[in-house]
Amino acid sequence: MTEGIRIKGLTKTYRGPGGPVPAVRGIDFAIAPGETVALLGPNGAGKSTTIDMLLGLGRPDAGTVTVFGKPPREAVDSGLVGGMLQTGALIRDLTARELIAVMASLYPDPLDVDEVIELTGLRDAAGQRTQKLSGGQTQRVRFALALVANPALLVLDEPTVAMDVEGRRDFWRTMRAYASRGKTVLFATHYLEEADANADRAVMMAHGRIVADGSTTEIKARIGHRTIRVTLPDVSREELSALDGVASAERRGEAVILRCSDSDRAIRALLERHPTARDIEITGAALEDAFIELTRDSDDLLEVAR
Amino acid sequence: MTGALYLRSELVRAFRNRRFFFFSLGFPLILYFVIAGPQSSQSNFGGTGVSLALYYMAGLISFGTMSSMIATGARIAGEREAGWTRQLRITPLSTRAYFRAKVLTAYAMACMSIAALSIAGLILGVSMSASQWLEMTGLVLVGLLPFGALGIALGHLLTVDSIGPAMGGLTALLALVGGTWFPITHGFLHDVGQCLPSYWLARAGHIGAGGAPWGATGWLVMAAWTVLLSGAAAYAYRRDTGRV
Repeated sequence: MTEGIRIKGLTKTYRGPGGPVPAVRGIDFAIAPGETVALLGPNGAGKSTTIDMLLGLGRPDAGTVTVFGKPPREAVDSGLVGGMLQTGALIRDLTARELIAVMASLYPDPLDVDEVIELTGLRDAAGQRTQKLSGGQTQRVRFALALVANPALLVLDEPTVAMDVEGRRDFWRTMRAYASRGKTVLFATHYLEEADANADRAVMMAHGRIVADGSTTEIKARIGHRTIRVTLPDVSREELSALDGVASAERRGEAVILRCSDSDRAIRALLERHPTARDIEITGAALEDAFIELTRDSDDLLEVAR
Repeated sequence: MTGALYLRSELVRAFRNRRFFFFSLGFPLILYFVIAGPQSSQSNFGGTGVSLALYYMAGLISFGTMSSMIATGARIAGEREAGWTRQLRITPLSTRAYFRAKVLTAYAMACMSIAALSIAGLILGVSMSASQWLEMTGLVLVGLLPFGALGIALGHLLTVDSIGPAMGGLTALLALVGGTWFPITHGFLHDVGQCLPSYWLARAGHIGAGGAPWGATGWLVMAAWTVLLSGAAAYAYRRDTGRV
């Protein structure tokens, strides 16, 4: 079990109506046992395709995946893996509890069904037939199905998409509690905040490639910056870049755009040194912009634009 | 046995789904009463030497059970659309245990169908010796194997939208050529029918109406279709593991 998850040169291309569509273009990364990793990226980045191959649901065109030293299907068959897929409804005509119990029965070392019902906040809904559950309850049951397996690797593909605010909070709390048992967790998300709050590390994907891989603090410093836009002629770009909390500066006519590693410090420093600054706008980092930024050098954008 | 609780849950689901239960069990019963009810006194149907009530009881047992087996496909197509098949694929549930649950659930429905039609036959005055009934039932159950595989294959190949018409058309055609509705004793349809599993399934049903059990040809045709359709089911299931 010391090996964790290893992904090497993983490549997958789908056949689209207009020719081959590359989904994953040769990615490498590893996850240590016990680590919680966020797979971060916008739609179409290749996250779900990567997760499918990790779970043995899709066959790579090239490259390898090993899960605790085994090929994915073998790891799945040994009950080492539990997953919550991106889409999926529940089968009808069973109660939530019955469905969770069936899932538990398929694994060698499941968690107690009642404990999982408690953990996922399903006590009141457990006796209901699955077709009578609300959307939020359905998501809780889907999480319970992954959790009851008590897997060494828990894989969650955009788990909070259909959840309400309260559901999300409960979900992440339970996920972190599970991870703290020494389990390995990989989850996919669009949101930097989710990655930051719940993962040790983030692997960022865009256009089928990994564009950043590091601790969430590092990632945040790299892409999580807010932007300050300010009208300030007559100050050089170099001088502005050197300001405390500013990562880079760009001039656009009279205005400058400051990309900040810490916008609070940057705005204080800016106003102290340059009190004439006006029309100040501070905007949060848009992940999409950050991805475009990170992939600017590659040929991918040209392909996308074409 | 691994997958025991899974099997049980599949059975429970089949019995809890009232609409499914009603149509797969009720439809052959209604057909039987509509066809045989008004003429249950006709004692020598079409020169077969048996009563019309008996002839159609036997015929509808093969039709009803065949429908029950093929209907597995509709349930599977629904599970695929819901994404449940993919969810199951990331559990240690073996393909064997999955197939076993699907086939045994279909068999449970088929057995209910046989029981219901036998009782209906009794009501319309059909009489049959216990040994004859057992021989018929036994051979019908064996003859359902290829249809169980066919149901699974269709369920993994077709979508929820297309499986209804496909199942309905296929069942009707197989039943017709197989001689479920009226005796086909010679000619082109007879020759074609002999190569089809539904013909031999109907023959198994007609044991109840004094027909002969399968000869070597019957066993051979059934074995061939079972192997062929099981292969198709396994292929369809494996092909289905990618994105649906």
